Amino acid sequence: MKTIFKFLGMLIAAAILFGAGYLVSKKQKSNVPPPPTVNYFSGAGTKNASGLQQTEERNVVEVKQGQSIQEAVNNAKSGDLIRVYPGTYKETIYIDKDNIYLQGVVLEGEWPILEGEKKRNDAILYSGNNMVIENFKIMNYKGNGIMGQAGNNFIIRNNYIIDTGVYGIFPEFGTNGLISHNILSGIEDAAIYVGMCDNIDVLYNEVFKSVAGIEIENSRHALVEGNYVHDNTGGILAFITPGLPIKTCFDVIIRNNFIINNNLENFGEPGSIVASLPRGTGIIIMAADEVTIENNIITGNENAGIVMTDLNFIAHITKDPESEPNPDRIVILDNIMSNNGSNPIDELKAARIAYMVTAKGIDIVAVGGGTGSCIRDKSKYVTIGLDNYSQCQSPGTANVLSYMLEKPAPPRDTKTEDRGRLIYYGICSGCHSYNLRMIGPPTMTIQALYKDNPQGIADYIAKPVHKRTDFPEMPPQDYLSEEKRLEVAKYMLSIDK
Amino acid sequence: MKNYSSLIFFLAIVFLTACKKENTGTIKLAQHCPPGFELTADNKCLCRSLYHQYNSLNNAGVGGLQTGLPPMRDGFSPQQIDLGRYLFFDPVLSGNQKLSCASCHNPALGFSDGQARSTGFNGQLLNRAAPTLWNVAFLKSFFWDARASTLEEQMQGPLYAENEMNNTQEKLLSSLNAILGYRELFSQAFPKKNNNQIQINEVYTALAAFESSLISLNSRYDLYAHGYHEALKKNEIEGMNVFRSFVARCAECHTPPLFTNQQIAVLGTPEQEDLPFDAGAEKTFNDPSMRGGFKVPTLRNIAQTAPYMHSGKFASLQDVVTFYNSGRGHAVPENEKLSLHWHIWEPNLTQYEIERVVDFLNTLTDESFKPAAPQELPSGLQPVHLKKIIS
Ligand code: HEC
Ligand code: HEC
Ligand code: HEC
Repeated sequence: MKTIFKFLGMLIAAAILFGAGYLVSKKQKSNVPPPPTVNYFSGAGTKNASGLQQTEERNVVEVKQGQSIQEAVNNAKSGDLIRVYPGTYKETIYIDKDNIYLQGVVLEGEWPILEGEKKRNDAILYSGNNMVIENFKIMNYKGNGIMGQAGNNFIIRNNYIIDTGVYGIFPEFGTNGLISHNILSGIEDAAIYVGMCDNIDVLYNEVFKSVAGIEIENSRHALVEGNYVHDNTGGILAFITPGLPIKTCFDVIIRNNFIINNNLENFGEPGSIVASLPRGTGIIIMAADEVTIENNIITGNENAGIVMTDLNFIAHITKDPESEPNPDRIVILDNIMSNNGSNPIDELKAARIAYMVTAKGIDIVAVGGGTGSCIRDKSKYVTIGLDNYSQCQSPGTANVLSYMLEKPAPPRDTKTEDRGRLIYYGICSGCHSYNLRMIGPPTMTIQALYKDNPQGIADYIAKPVHKRTDFPEMPPQDYLSEEKRLEVAKYMLSIDK
Repeated sequence: MKNYSSLIFFLAIVFLTACKKENTGTIKLAQHCPPGFELTADNKCLCRSLYHQYNSLNNAGVGGLQTGLPPMRDGFSPQQIDLGRYLFFDPVLSGNQKLSCASCHNPALGFSDGQARSTGFNGQLLNRAAPTLWNVAFLKSFFWDARASTLEEQMQGPLYAENEMNNTQEKLLSSLNAILGYRELFSQAFPKKNNNQIQINEVYTALAAFESSLISLNSRYDLYAHGYHEALKKNEIEGMNVFRSFVARCAECHTPPLFTNQQIAVLGTPEQEDLPFDAGAEKTFNDPSMRGGFKVPTLRNIAQTAPYMHSGKFASLQDVVTFYNSGRGHAVPENEKLSLHWHIWEPNLTQYEIERVVDFLNTLTDESFKPAAPQELPSGLQPVHLKKIIS
């Protein structure tokens, strides 16, 4: 139930935020929209009645045309809100810290633009947790628009990503994220690509003129809802791609989307997986399991509305004995489908003849293996290969309002009580052993010198002075924060073997 | 140069044969764990690293900067690890007592051998380069073509291959059992032994224990990853950003924290001129789609282990990065149809970017836990890997 509130709350908050912003800027021209007042992922904040979490006060840093966003990121502390004003910024931004809120300020239709000039690699790369990235216009990068490498609890919303090369928005190895209200076009692979992630909502985005609109790949618990996916080569994909280190893709809901006229000529990079997508397919499920397709409007896709396939779909790819190749337990509920399959690829044309399909177009096709799948109202559609699909008993997915976690995925840095131990064995033990002389003196000797004085050790190791002529100098450990130095000092004094 | 080094090699052999003198059981095995490990109450060594502060998605041990490690082999006793160290450096393991594991996995050369193709029994050239052994404890499969799935299975390759150490199980056991010193050490390492005879599984366990103790996770890159951003210079950070960018895509396969995602990938790297095309994982999995596929190698301590690739074809890191930049399939022989990996494309990196990537690769060096080679071997033989350092 809580999720319902959270979800509603989010919508209301978003509406208020937008509304307020517009009103303010209409009335008083020079006023800047205020910083947001709520943040849905504040780990430390207290929950109010609606299930939202209040943001702690954020320190605000402003970046204006002519200044560098990266410099602001480098100087930022955990929790800072970096507000980027309209202007053109020619940079690659990388964020290797937690809790950074990177927000464009849109003033009277003027956006902050990240400009790649077709020579910069990615616009934004982040590896930290609890990231918010919003209100940017991103153009002409060679690689990705926004890429996450293992950050949890992210929000990527209200961005405008045009012609950025390979992927528009690509979180990888992340848990608990929201990708919403972005507009993406001209991407030569997937515009929105959720790769090897868990618990992701992809909501209310517009994706068009890209090779793939939205791709959920080797990920679990993903909700793709309310998106307008049109004029791509393929609309929405749920894929297991073989050869990746995380092997499964299941529990995906594709719901309430508009999947229209995805008939664009494929312009994928030769050799890329999507380069073998046939143009004109609304939804493609490749090897993924437990995918529910419900209440979508799927029209005008010239190859087929929905295709389920096993891994043989892609030729010239290295097989992976650890990837289960079949789409299993697919659930197709009510969808509005019309005018699909009017100009299918040759294989489907042949299949039509083989199956003696007389109707004009094909709505749904299943090829290859797979078990346990069902369709609610098969007779409504023109189908091929659904003979072993049973009639769905599923009541639908109405009870799932979001796949994001109720609480933020816990920060990875959880086991701090053990940190002294990890530092001691992970680093110091290269030179110090309990009762042996190694490169440095035995820990026993050090314990005798610094009995009850961990602070003394913490200070020494930051700037060691050379004491013993029969030992080399100890290299400074000032890369460890004051806090960590004290933790390891205490641990060093506590051990007895 | 060549003549000079073979002269030294010759002298070394003469020297070695001259001073073979069996060590008679004065050695006591270590009772403490090697660096990087904590000793538990039940006498096991458990690996400790700052990376243990972090989780990883599905516990796969791949991700970004602050990502946990994959499951690993640890829990060996200090004595087993130390015994493994003696065995690893001891040429008594080979048929003619002239090669040790360290001949081809030399700690001074990043646990590789500095050669494009390793030199095996009686000076024969092998077909592939020797990979590093740093961090093998974390790997799920072994050899370039992933044909072994445990360290124990792996080592039976070199031990018994005719062109490598050319031993047999019987001969190995009988030579070890004939050495009083080893019988004594094995009973220290395996105290529950019910007879005095060394068993083959004990040999494998001890070697695996030693190999699993080779941990390298304290490079300057790691300091950066743990949050000390001053650890990398500007040019190195630039290189890291190219490395993990979606243009170069190196991190998609060489994924942190180990800089391998442990998958098979077909790159189409070139072979040595005098060798036929190496089918790689095609043979292991009996699957033509894996033709020319190799396990993604770790890049930790990569600056120490030139030349590069299964073939040892590339002499420098600069050459390697240039390979990735020269276009999909450019080195594939005309008669070969390979399922090249989708991340192999034409990134069009500038020369400047190529050099920065090399700068970054050079930050992955950490040998602070490098074990010492034993001064004396229980067999009384001299360590043979030293000849490499001299030359
Ligand atoms: C590269 C080797 C090396 C590493 C790593 C190392 N030390 Fe040392 N340490 C030494 C040496 C060598 C000395 C002796 C220096 C001297 O006497 O001049 C020493 C001395 C010390 C002393 C004695 C200071 C005194 O007043 O006599 C302390 C305390 C100490 N180290 C703590 C640590 C801690 C904690 C760590 C891990 C964070 C650590 N060391 C990591 C090499 C090292
Ligand atoms: C004559 C040189 C030589 C000797 C001696 C040798 N190796 Fe190797 N080692 C190699 C080569 C070459 C490979 C790669 C072979 C392949 O992939 O087909 C290799 C691969 C390995 C690997 C796999 C690493 C990985 O990342 O997949 C391990 C582990 C290993 N050796 C351990 C040992 C041990 C333990 C010994 C001693 C029992 C030993 N080697 C002796 C040359 C040697
Ligand atoms: C598609 C996966 C993939 C990508 C992308 C990739 N590599 Fe590799 N890398 C491999 C494989 C597989 C090998 C071994 C190939 C062989 O031996 O033929 C390898 C080998 C290497 C080696 C030699 C390692 C050794 O021990 O000899 C280096 C260095 C290297 N890669 C660096 C890079 C860099 C830098 C990039 C980005 C420009 C990169 N790789 C991109 C899969 C990849």
